[in-house]
Amino acid sequence: MAASAVFCAGLRKRFGGTTALDGVGLTVPEGAVHGLLGPNGAGKTTVVRILATLLRPDSGHARVAGFDVARQAPQVRARIGLAGQHAAVDEILSGRQNLVMFGRLCHLPASTARRRADELLGQFALAGAGAKPVRTYSGGMRRRLDVAASLIVAPRVLFLDEPTTGLDPHGRNEVWRMIRALAAAGTTVLLTTQYLEEADQLADAITVIAAGRVIAEGTPDELKTLAGGDRIDVTLREASDLAPAARLLRARLGTDVRSGTGGRELSVPVTDRLAALTQIIGSLSEENITAEDITVRRPTLDDAFLHLTGQHPAGGAAAP
Amino acid sequence: MTITLTPRIPRTTRSRIGWAIRDTWVVTCRDVAHWRQQPGAVIASTLVFPVMIVLMFGYLLGGAITVPGGGNYRDFLMPGMFAMTMVFGVGATLSAVSADAARGVTDRFRSLPMAAPAVIAGRAAADMLNSAAALAVLTGCALAAGWQPHRGAPDALAALGLLLLLRFALLWIGVYLGLRFYANPEAVTAVRTLEFPVGFLGNPFVAVSTMPAWLGAIALWNPLSSTVTAARQLFGDPVGASSSWITSHANVMAIAWPLLLIAVFLPLSLHRYQRLNR
Repeated sequence: MAASAVFCAGLRKRFGGTTALDGVGLTVPEGAVHGLLGPNGAGKTTVVRILATLLRPDSGHARVAGFDVARQAPQVRARIGLAGQHAAVDEILSGRQNLVMFGRLCHLPASTARRRADELLGQFALAGAGAKPVRTYSGGMRRRLDVAASLIVAPRVLFLDEPTTGLDPHGRNEVWRMIRALAAAGTTVLLTTQYLEEADQLADAITVIAAGRVIAEGTPDELKTLAGGDRIDVTLREASDLAPAARLLRARLGTDVRSGTGGRELSVPVTDRLAALTQIIGSLSEENITAEDITVRRPTLDDAFLHLTGQHPAGGAAAP
Repeated sequence: MTITLTPRIPRTTRSRIGWAIRDTWVVTCRDVAHWRQQPGAVIASTLVFPVMIVLMFGYLLGGAITVPGGGNYRDFLMPGMFAMTMVFGVGATLSAVSADAARGVTDRFRSLPMAAPAVIAGRAAADMLNSAAALAVLTGCALAAGWQPHRGAPDALAALGLLLLLRFALLWIGVYLGLRFYANPEAVTAVRTLEFPVGFLGNPFVAVSTMPAWLGAIALWNPLSSTVTAARQLFGDPVGASSSWITSHANVMAIAWPLLLIAVFLPLSLHRYQRLNR
């Protein structure tokens, strides 16, 4: 436990009649990027709010940067950065004024706060917009400013709650680049996301939670292995062929065949990839079913998630 | 990272108080920076309404209104309008508090190593500065329009002091409601639309003696009415005839009512703020 930047165990939290957390625990070693993955309402934000001293758990305990979040909140606050789902900055003030204000509230001397603000604006490609009011910023710029504000004191542990929700691909890439750079510089990052790709791209280890419980943890590769071995995905030309083709492959290969979401896709778990591929191509052409595309692939985190929770991640639900 | 900075955590009571005052000042300055950033919006939001009221009631409707007991209606109206400006401040406080809480700014403050009371204390100081400035400008406008205090500077300053005391009391209602309803924009709007009826259910616009008895009783016991009556007396403006106990003790009640409101809503606000971690 010596080297863990974040450690919590048995966190429980109820809001009125609903149980948000039902015994969550996780450990993040110093310097790692840890993904907290789960669908909407799984309890991700509640975990982050408890670790960032904003919320008191009903039971369980948590240590961040070596300090107890309940009993040593000021020490924890001096060592963490938090960027939530909103850009929690003053819209009327300029980006620079925001950073100077937060710096002064971190008890930096005025001149240091100003120097640090300029440094962060440069680092986050906001130097040109630093003097403009935040309400004129784009979504990506706001998010970068928000993250910059959470880095004023160069925190030991950075909490990022869904840092890319609501951003366009360009903004998302900007934030990803920034998180990689922070991790490379040694900051411990706890990142919540409902996007598997994001966790896969950024995290050294992942904790999957659903309905307030940890249902799996491990490296992205370990989680993918949980979902089984390789798969072959088949895209059919005609949607009407889907049911016959599924029946056919199930009979020939003797395995479970999953239908995809698009209405023309099938996914088959396989062990001997080449033998299975030959058999699939042969079977389909015998029955005059035309395939548009056949791919052999390793399982994705999507498969792992489906395997673990029985539901698709982010299941089409609106972002919060 | 090019520099590593560890925030200072105060260890002695003395340095804790020092940092709390400094943090409060930084939060207050945020609002002062708003003025500089968009002076137009600040002037519009604090001054347009009171000036409109004076024009509407003083000039459009005022000709048809007589003040029981005699006196010029516009002289009667001015202290009422000053008090209404203090009432409108509730909405400003409420909106600012609820917007910060809803948009995560309050959470960011709470995650910083700053003094916790500074978040609310800074809001309170900024709102008082705002209201004092608004009151100064309005007094200037009233003087320019021909109104003047008749009982000398000390009494006039006492009247302004009572108005600011009322504002300070109402501030805590705004903070409490903002923290209570920030997740619910409809409730915030509803409270803001209630400001006018609160004014009409008091004596800022017309004398209570002109109302039906039961309504007059409500209006008399409206905390706003005591401040307005006391300010009218201190400015030497017409008070509007009334012989009730509460009117003849307006000076006392203009202090007692706000103290009572503070005694109720300041602890409630702090309690609400502490409960944000529930």
